This record gives sequence, structure tokens and C-alpha cells, in this order.
Amino acid sequence: MKTLKLEEALLPPVVALLIALVVGDLLILSFGQSPAAVYRMLLEGTWGNAYGLGQVLYKATTLTFTGLSVALALRAGLFNIGAESQLAAGGFAAALVGLALPAGLPALLVLPLYVAAAGAAGGLVGVVPGALKARFGAHEVITTIMLNFIVLALLNYLISTRFKVHDTLHTAEIKSGAVPRLADFASAFHGSAANVVLVLALIVVALSWWFLFRTRGGFELRAVGLQPHAAEYAGVHVGRVWWTSMALAGAIAGIGGLNYVLGYKRYYEEGFSAGAGFLGIAVALVGRSHPAGIVIAAILFATLSQGGLAVNALVPKQMVDVLQAVVIISMATAVPEIRRALLALRPAPSVKATAATGEAAT
Amino acid sequence: MIRLTDIHKSFGPVRANRGASLDVAAGEIHALVGENGAGKSTLMRILSGMFPSDSGTIEVNSKDVTGWHTADAIRAGVGMVHQHFMLVPTLTVTENVTLGAELTRGIQLDRARAHRDVQALVDRTGLKVPVEQRVSELTVGEAQRVEILKTLYRGARVLILDEPTAVLSPPEVNELWRVLRRLREEGGTIVLITHKLDEVMAISDTITAMRQGQTVGRLETSRTSPAEIARLMVGRDVQLAGRAEGKAVSVGSRNGSGLDVRELTVASSRRKNAVDQVSFSIAAGEILGIAGVEGNGQTELIEAIAGLRPISSGSVLLAGRDITRVSVRQRGDLGLSHIPEDRHERGLVLEYSVADNLILGQQHRFTKHWTLDQRRIASHAEGLIRQYDVRPSDPALPARALSGGNQQKIVIAREMGGGGVREFQVLLAAQPTRGVDVGAIEFIHAQLRAARAAGKAILLVSADLNEVLALSDRIAVMYGGKIVTVMSGSEATAEKLGPHMTGAAA
Repeated sequence: MKTLKLEEALLPPVVALLIALVVGDLLILSFGQSPAAVYRMLLEGTWGNAYGLGQVLYKATTLTFTGLSVALALRAGLFNIGAESQLAAGGFAAALVGLALPAGLPALLVLPLYVAAAGAAGGLVGVVPGALKARFGAHEVITTIMLNFIVLALLNYLISTRFKVHDTLHTAEIKSGAVPRLADFASAFHGSAANVVLVLALIVVALSWWFLFRTRGGFELRAVGLQPHAAEYAGVHVGRVWWTSMALAGAIAGIGGLNYVLGYKRYYEEGFSAGAGFLGIAVALVGRSHPAGIVIAAILFATLSQGGLAVNALVPKQMVDVLQAVVIISMATAVPEIRRALLALRPAPSVKATAATGEAAT
Repeated sequence: MIRLTDIHKSFGPVRANRGASLDVAAGEIHALVGENGAGKSTLMRILSGMFPSDSGTIEVNSKDVTGWHTADAIRAGVGMVHQHFMLVPTLTVTENVTLGAELTRGIQLDRARAHRDVQALVDRTGLKVPVEQRVSELTVGEAQRVEILKTLYRGARVLILDEPTAVLSPPEVNELWRVLRRLREEGGTIVLITHKLDEVMAISDTITAMRQGQTVGRLETSRTSPAEIARLMVGRDVQLAGRAEGKAVSVGSRNGSGLDVRELTVASSRRKNAVDQVSFSIAAGEILGIAGVEGNGQTELIEAIAGLRPISSGSVLLAGRDITRVSVRQRGDLGLSHIPEDRHERGLVLEYSVADNLILGQQHRFTKHWTLDQRRIASHAEGLIRQYDVRPSDPALPARALSGGNQQKIVIAREMGGGGVREFQVLLAAQPTRGVDVGAIEFIHAQLRAARAAGKAILLVSADLNEVLALSDRIAVMYGGKIVTVMSGSEATAEKLGPHMTGAAA
């Protein structure tokens, strides 16, 4: 079952982090600050107190969902650049359901409804590029990027024309099915956005692992991602796996929308996704498309992004964006998944041309 | 003239060469023989400067050139023609030959002179190709001549050929031998990598045999025999695939119908159909061999029967049941097994474990409540690994880590053994022994004969004519997508089949 040895899986992210650390040092020095001081401040502002930790956990929750979304598609050999709009669509659908429900219903009763709505909306956004690829061979990188524009513009239009509260860019507040925050259990987390959707994220992580590595569906999905011709030979409908895995990826990203809409603000706000969908790509790569790796990578990127705010007094917070970019670039040059995804640019199976220059098999 | 001494080369844990040496005299045709994985190609790539050796020395014309690069080798007149063609299909023959060494007039290409030069080279060497044709329109044999021309155009006096006959029909092979002899007469030196003993006997002056990365013998062709060479290559006595032994009377019942193919047509991206109105039937307990030069529709025929390629018209019947519109999975359930021609692309998921590869295509039979039954997969793997002697015997190892012969054993075990999971009636065996060593070939041939004896219907496609001749009860020749002739295995010979394979006898 295992395809990678642990040390093989860990080496690229560790090297990428070391490179980022060196670049970070140089940047900090160029601002006339001491790297040690800045890093200490970064850690104190994140893991050093309950509020900071809560914020890290909150951000990591969304990133876990979007990272899993990208990873699942990547396992099927597809590059899902659309997690951003899948996330937003999921959040929007949850808000609509929330606005329609009567006030005061208990969370446990309505939560499945929210999950279903968010998953369905995200899945719908995801399935479109999947189906276009299966039916017409349209490359999913292009279609997911374009769909991001379309879906986000549509949501903005709906908010500004129909659903917004006057003078704001958000919907009215949801009154039903409030999800508890961590602060409700431990007051030290007070003020942080971390909430119980975090548990939902961990459940989805476990389910994803089980699906990928223990079920027949996962066996076939990974075969499609590794070698579509072999999967086809094994009786797998490659096109069907493409569109179902994109639907599933979209659904997971969509459910991630609950973290903000249900767990934090209790309304949908224009632009709430704020790049979390795109950062999911980085999370999936650093996490090597493995559910457990994704949790770790999500916490790492959440720490960096929260830490950026903490060190803003010493260095511009954009420095952290640069560090994230360095991690991504170092990973991208080292990780085989990327190369495989690029190889997916080749024509789909069954139209494989046997040129006169023929290749002898070895 | 060329002397490689005590060459060592490792790729990670794999020791491809460990004390290999080679002595080639000027003006001879030298055969470098050995099983797959014996380190022949590695040694020749070191000689042609593609990568350096870990230790050992290379001398060319009594000069130490150890560690040189491809460019140095070309300058010294040493060029290698690879097994995989490296041509640009959209360019013409002339453009391909001159690519990287273009003739210019000012800043323009001097096309007229390039054309003249290449045509002159063609005339001089007898490597007949239409020099203004696009490479994509050439036959495989012609494309190979272009590869040789390319090397000669760069001034090669020492030509290294890696398994050049793998893709050629018998007449094309004879044509190649004629060209090689001509090059030798002009003072050229040729090193031929091969594992086919008849080729060695037919063309070479001297032989170097390799086994497990080491040179195990140097022989004069005129003073040796195929049996002696085979013994050197394998390290023990080998049963050479003889005709008599191959024609064992089949004991299986011939009554029940195995596979019927009726007027099968498969479209291709080109104007002509890849498979054109092909009909045949194979009885239970019979092996039908398809001979033909690669690229004449064999791949498409097999894939269409397997359900991997759309059929334009015609039908396929398995034990009398029409399976033309049936899914790949159902075909398997109905008793169709398929050894695909390319195990790296289709037959295996290389990153998957041996155990997982042993259930590939039958994963639905190992599923309980959506979940794969790990325990049954493990015991299934254990049984098949033992029965088929897959080495190493660790079921958790990724298939990538195994040698070609053992990878093919996984495919054979899955498709023919089944491990009690399912029975097959019909077997499509495409290039079942391609790229596997002599020992594994013996084993696979024995498996195919045993399946015939057990009453299975077998469709065998192989680029190796000897294999088709040794195993088949009947032999059909495919040319241009059609079956151009069928003869019984006992009357067929390479000489009789050859003209049909090139369409000359049509």
C-alpha cells in the first residue's frame, strides 16, 4: 500500500523549509532586523499564547479542506486550481441554507444540512471541469482557473444585488445552528476564531485516508492518477474517475466554507476565501498529497500566515508571503506529483498515436 | 582499436557493470551478446560517452579516452544508434539527418546542399530512404535507417547498434545485414548489441558475451555454436526453442469455440483503417500466432478485442457470446485474459506493490463493503508469488523495483494463474516475452503450452518470429491492417512468411 518511504516523503518539504529559512534570514537582514528576534516574535505570536494558537488552528482548518481538495484531484492525476471558487461556493450555499432556516435549531440537527449544501455547491463547481475533461479533453488547469473568475464574479453579483446587508458586503447573520467556538470550552482561546468545524476537518482527513488507501474507489482513483492506461486496462472508466474525483475535490473544498461562514462570522462575506483555495495547492504539495501530511502542512502555512501579522512591527507582513512562495517554488521543483501533473498535459488514453517513429518497449 | 578494460558502473544499488571488458578490432562486426539486464547497453553507453564509468579505462585507437563525452566520441568517429528512435516526426529525412549539424549559407539553411549530401550518403551506403519524405510517413524499418544515416552523417567510423532488429521484418533484417557488410568493406567497425543467437551467427565476426555485468567470454563466430553462446549468456545449458519441441500435440479439446472475430474493423487517426475486416477464430486448445512487422495493426487488433479501443464495425465472440459492446471488466469476468504488450504503460501500475498489481483488473473481486480485503489480497499474492517464482518474493515491494522478467511474471501470474479467483477461456498474449531474460522466456513459453493443453484459446502476437513459429498451431500474417495469409504451424517457415510480412506476396 505504501508508495513512499517516510524519509523520502519528508525530505523535500524539509529541504524546502530550510531554503525558505535562508531566504527569510536574508530578507530580515535587509530590513536591518535580527532574524532570531523576528522568528522568536513569530513563534510567540502564534504558538506562544492561546489566542495565537487559536488563530493558527482556525486558518489551518480551512487550509486542510482546500489542501485535501487539491490533493485528492492530484491523486487522480488532475490539477485542481479551482479550490478557491469551490470554497466560496460552499460557504455561500451554507449561508443561503442558514438564512432559510428558522432561528434557534440545535447545531447537531442542522449541521448535516449545512455540510450537504456546502458540499453540493462545491462539488457542482468541481464537477464542471471534471466533466469537460472527461467528455471533451479540456485541460482542467485552464477550466478551473476560468471557472474561478466566473463563480467568484457570480457570487459577488448575487451578494451585491440580492443578499447584502445595507452598506456591507455580507449577508445577514445566520440564526440557526451556531457552531461552538473553542473559546466556549477553554476561555483562554477567547477572541480567536477557532471553532468546532476543526473536528469536522479531522473527520474528513480520516475519511479521505480511508477512501484513498483502503477502498476500491481509492485504488482505482490512484491508478488513474499514476497510469491512466493501466487503469483503463484494469477495467476502470478513466473519464468517470476524472469527473467523480473533481466532484469530490470540489465538495471537500466547499465544506471548508463552513469554517468561516458557520464557525466564525455566521454570515457570507464577499471575498472571504482570501486565497485559501490557492494556498491549498501549496498545502497539498508540501503535504505530498497525503492526508496526514496535509494536516501538518496546513498548520505550517497557517503559522506562517498568522505569524506575518505578529511580526508586522519589525518587518512587512508581505515577507511571509515571500517565504510561502519560496517554499512552494522549492517544493515544485522537487516533487514528482508536479511532474506527473505536467505529464497529464499529454493526450488522453485511447487516442494515443502510434507514430511511425515507434518506441520499442523495454 | 577499441578496448574497454574492467569497467564498473552502478546506478544506486544496481551494479550494471562490474568488471566488463571489450576488445574490438578495426573493420570487424562485433556482436555483444547477453541476457536482458546483463549490462550490454550500459557498457555501450559508457563507450559512446553518454555517462562516465565508475572505474575502468576506455581506449580508442590506442588513446586513453576514459570519461569522454558524447561530443568527444562523435568527433573521434564513435556513434551509437539507439533502440528508441530519436527523430522529429514532422521533419523530413534530410532535416532529421542534418539536425544539429546543419549546413548554412550565410544565415540561411543550405537546403540544396543538405539534400545533395544526404542523397549521396544514401547512395553510398545503400540505406534506401526517400530523403524528402517526412519521418512520420516512414515505416519503422526506414526510420531506423534514418537513425543510422544520422550517425554516419556525423562521420561515425565505429557504429554501435542497440538491438536494431527488434522492429524489423525478415527481409528488412537481411537488408540491414547487407548494409552493415558494406560498411565493413569500407573499413567501418560495427558493434551490434543483441540477444538473438541466429543474428549473431549470421552477421558477426567476433562475439563478446556478458552475464550479470561481467564479460564471460570472447569467441570467434566461425569457431563456435549457438549452444555454446547460450551457455555463456545464461551460465547453464539452455533448451533452445526448437521447432519439434514446440509442436507438441495439443491435448485440449478442440470442440468448444474459443474466440471468434468477425470482420473486425478499427479506425485509425490516419486515412487507412488500423484493422481492416479481419476475421478468424481460435478453437479451445489452440494457439493462433500473428506474425507481422510491428505497426501493421496487431496492437489495435488486440486492444479492440480487449475492449480498450473502439470498434468501427464487426464483432467479437467469446465462447459463442457476443462481447463487442461489453465493458473491459465484464470481458475479464467472462473469461478473457490479456497480457498487454507494454507492461510499463498498461500491464502494471509501477508504483503499486506486487500484491496490488496481482489484483489489478480484478479489484472488484477483492472488495467487501467498498473496502479492499487486505488479508485476501495478501494471501492471493503469496500463493501466486510462490507458484510463479516471482523474485524478490516480497509482496509489499513496488513493481518498479523488480526486473523486467519478474515484472512480466506478475502479469502472467495474474492473467493466467488467477489464484483460484477466476478461470480464463481466452488469452490475448501480446509480446509476452519482450524484454525478459532467456530463463523467463522458457518459463513463459511453458506456461503458454500448458494453457493450450488445458484447453484455452490463445491469440499470440509477437515481434519475435521464432517465438510465433515455436508456439503456434496456426500462423496468420498481418500486413496493413489485414490478415494476408494463414498457414499451419508445421508448414510455416521464416522464408515462407517473410514475403507476406512485407506485403510483397499480396
